[in-house]
Amino acid sequence: MGSALGSESLDGWGCNMAKDRPTLTSTFCGIECMNPFWLASAPPTNCGEQIMRAFDAGWGGAVWKTIGEPITNVSSRYSSIDWEGRRMMGFNNIELISDRPIEVNLQEIAEVKRRYPKHVVIASLMVESKRESWHDIVQRAEDAGADGLELNFGCPHGMSERGMGSAVGQVPEYCEKITGWVKEKARTPVIVKLTPNISDIRVPARAAKRGGADALSAINTINSITGIDLDTFQPSPNVDGKSSHGGYCGPAVKPIALNMVQQIQADATSMLPLSGIGGIGNWRDAAEFILLGCSTVQVCTAAMHYGYRIVEDMQDGLLNWMAEKGFATIEDFRGLSLPNVREWKQLNLNYQIVARIHADLCIGCQLCYTACWDGAHQCIHLDRTSPAPDTTLTPGMVEAESARRISTTPIPKLDAGTSGRTNAITPLERIPRVDEHHCVGCNLCSLVCPVENCITMERIDKDLPFESWEERVAKGLITSGTGEVMSTNT
Amino acid sequence: MSERVPFPEQVVATPEVVKRFGDLHPPFDRQAAVPEANRCLYCFDAPCTIACPTHIDVPSFIKKIASGNLSGSARTILDANILGASCSRACPVEVLCEGACVMHRYNKQPIQIARLQRFAMDALYESGAPLPFAPGPETGLSVALIGAGPASLACAAELRRRGIRADLYDARPLPGGLNTYGIAEYKLPLVESLREIEMLSQLGVEFHFETKVDAAGLAELEGTHDAVFLGIGLGAIHQLGVAGEELAGVTNALDLIAGYKSGALTTVPKRVVVVGAGNTAIDAAIASVRLGASEVHILYRRGQEQMSAFAFEYEHAKHEGVKFLWHVQPTGIRGDGIVKGLELTRVAATEDGSIVPEKDSAFVLEADLIVLSIGQSTHADFLSGSPSSGPSSTFGKIQLERGRIVIDRATGQTSQPKFFAGGDCTNGGREVVDAVADGKRAGIGIAGWLGVQHGKG
Repeated sequence: MGSALGSESLDGWGCNMAKDRPTLTSTFCGIECMNPFWLASAPPTNCGEQIMRAFDAGWGGAVWKTIGEPITNVSSRYSSIDWEGRRMMGFNNIELISDRPIEVNLQEIAEVKRRYPKHVVIASLMVESKRESWHDIVQRAEDAGADGLELNFGCPHGMSERGMGSAVGQVPEYCEKITGWVKEKARTPVIVKLTPNISDIRVPARAAKRGGADALSAINTINSITGIDLDTFQPSPNVDGKSSHGGYCGPAVKPIALNMVQQIQADATSMLPLSGIGGIGNWRDAAEFILLGCSTVQVCTAAMHYGYRIVEDMQDGLLNWMAEKGFATIEDFRGLSLPNVREWKQLNLNYQIVARIHADLCIGCQLCYTACWDGAHQCIHLDRTSPAPDTTLTPGMVEAESARRISTTPIPKLDAGTSGRTNAITPLERIPRVDEHHCVGCNLCSLVCPVENCITMERIDKDLPFESWEERVAKGLITSGTGEVMSTNT
Repeated sequence: MSERVPFPEQVVATPEVVKRFGDLHPPFDRQAAVPEANRCLYCFDAPCTIACPTHIDVPSFIKKIASGNLSGSARTILDANILGASCSRACPVEVLCEGACVMHRYNKQPIQIARLQRFAMDALYESGAPLPFAPGPETGLSVALIGAGPASLACAAELRRRGIRADLYDARPLPGGLNTYGIAEYKLPLVESLREIEMLSQLGVEFHFETKVDAAGLAELEGTHDAVFLGIGLGAIHQLGVAGEELAGVTNALDLIAGYKSGALTTVPKRVVVVGAGNTAIDAAIASVRLGASEVHILYRRGQEQMSAFAFEYEHAKHEGVKFLWHVQPTGIRGDGIVKGLELTRVAATEDGSIVPEKDSAFVLEADLIVLSIGQSTHADFLSGSPSSGPSSTFGKIQLERGRIVIDRATGQTSQPKFFAGGDCTNGGREVVDAVADGKRAGIGIAGWLGVQHGKG
């Protein structure tokens, strides 16, 4: 055990494997990163003491809680959405930028950089929309030793009412102009943080790019009201009986963030190095953002929920997955999924899948049946024990049949053969059947099925070549965008 | 209603019994109930609902707990099962709803349906809300119900919801039958049964207590009511038929259980022997342990595989320290005024299923209390009619089979159209929930039959 050889043979990787272990180091708009996991500008990065503990836990970087003229916060600042017993599936805040003096934040940046020179410290900045104010804060943040600057053009509450935050991000001209002012002064990379509270994220992204931004980060939080108390009729977070729209984040927003990340990365006029933000809580989430082109990811809600320690699995899990997939570096898989996101009109209309229910795994809950009847295309049936396929039996008829059944408690001495009766095997009549001829391959049954791999969607070989809507239109098979709808009506 | 003292206030809890018979399955608090409710898959045509004799819409009441609609949840339960609170505690759910849960089929714990049901029912009581049903507009019709156990109560509730008068007659001073007097206190406390019946009585049920209906009485009720429901349960527990059975210290399981539940009995002597291995025997044996016995035996003339107790009841008894003696048969009771011991012979089962004594295997098991639990008789003699019933009565002609009243399972109607029946006297002795289901079907059946009789069908 004491010898080096002994410990290596026990580590599960073997001597040679250890050398081949992938690396999480990367470069993001010129900034050297020991790993892609940064804490987003938020309460977890409020002060130097916190950030140093976060670095000790394994975070590769931190974007300082936005620095600007100190504000006054309200009491009662956060609220959340719980989902079926899980806490904080969606998280909302009405907290403003840092309430600490600029000078204190800057002194602490200097202190953190002195003690952790290899870790990334980004100064998030927000000041009034004046050229000299931006020049001044840029100079001071860089003098303090920040590795880069993140311009907070995204904060959706409070600051936006004062002409800052998302009030800038929502107006492309302001976005471009202020980015330009910052670039006049900045010596470090400038990252523009985008708001999702806009109809097309590519518009402010393009503006930031025109203004000279070195990188982007997205998304900031989404305007939200998390809920209304049904006893008091007051929204939350409750500030003396009132509330205000806040910024929504956490696991619930990840799909929205992924879409916006993809939009930016698929558009040549907006594409820049991107730091992905929005609902990232583990290495899987991080890998998805990177597959859509992000170089780093930023985390807030998960760290607020569980603490800095979550980064340990983020590193470990991502490294293990990279090793399994044969990726040596982040760059090896960054953006790999971008070619797989297309416009709808480019999808293959001749691709056909159908649902297959694997009877050996089916537990007989019949959720697929009711989902298909009520939510899809009425092609799953409960007729396995019928003499012939019966597609006329409706859910109402099935339930009525059960209501008429007389059930009794099985009592061993009264009901011979009932003791030791097992419920381990699903009765055949409870296993639904898919009418494959009518199945449209919508996936719904496989999505509601609680048992992994019990319903699989399988490709039907129709022996037809790839054909998209776009191609059909080009061939003149369809005259306009609404042609198919029109033709069914005529 | 008259100025009757509410049923739960008519009894005084014995502190000793309360202390020794705490909840076997403690209640959920909200933070435990909601995640458990959310674990429910919400099956379509759910197996738990099918398995429940009263067909409670289990997924619906569970989803209402998850959404915080607790009054709606209780209403869903009560709509199917007016004794939903008792059943949540007394039902052998392992062989009913929870036994049918699909979770068993992929290595997951079944949903704790009983505890969720109790959670919803407790919430209804705590809210102080009335029973969520009103009696129907009075029809002028009336039904006499013999026995005030679960079958009659369920039947009465259906009748009242349809505006039919319900007169319940019971020999005991309090309603509920075995639901009140016969279920282990750690499952269903006596006061909980009464609380539930108090709520049910908001429908305007007329109780006639301490009224034993004999043949003449029944003939009279047949004449004064539009229909009669027989919810008379089973008769006395069988006797062993051996010498010494008259000694002090020989009792039966139902008397023992009713005794401690009503407070008449607070301790038992050191050595208790329970004869018989059904669920009631187990209840009596565990009660004996909790009432202070230091050694409790259950003995049975056959083997463990043939015992009629549910497997989980057997496990519970072993857990409480009850010892089991298999393949022994009592041949006599020893004592001198009071019981000293039980004479036993070892027996063996033969190929044809009969039992033969083993030679020279007699021995004596010392005992201070012998509790018989070897099955209940039927009321066949009573139902076969008596001279006093007179020529106008038809109940003496009700068809019986092995002492059980034969009914149409869907309506509860007997071979004599005016008589309906349900519960143990028809099904041979099952669970509270079976009696409730029988009573419910009979109540609907009676209303349907009367509707036809009175031109409303």
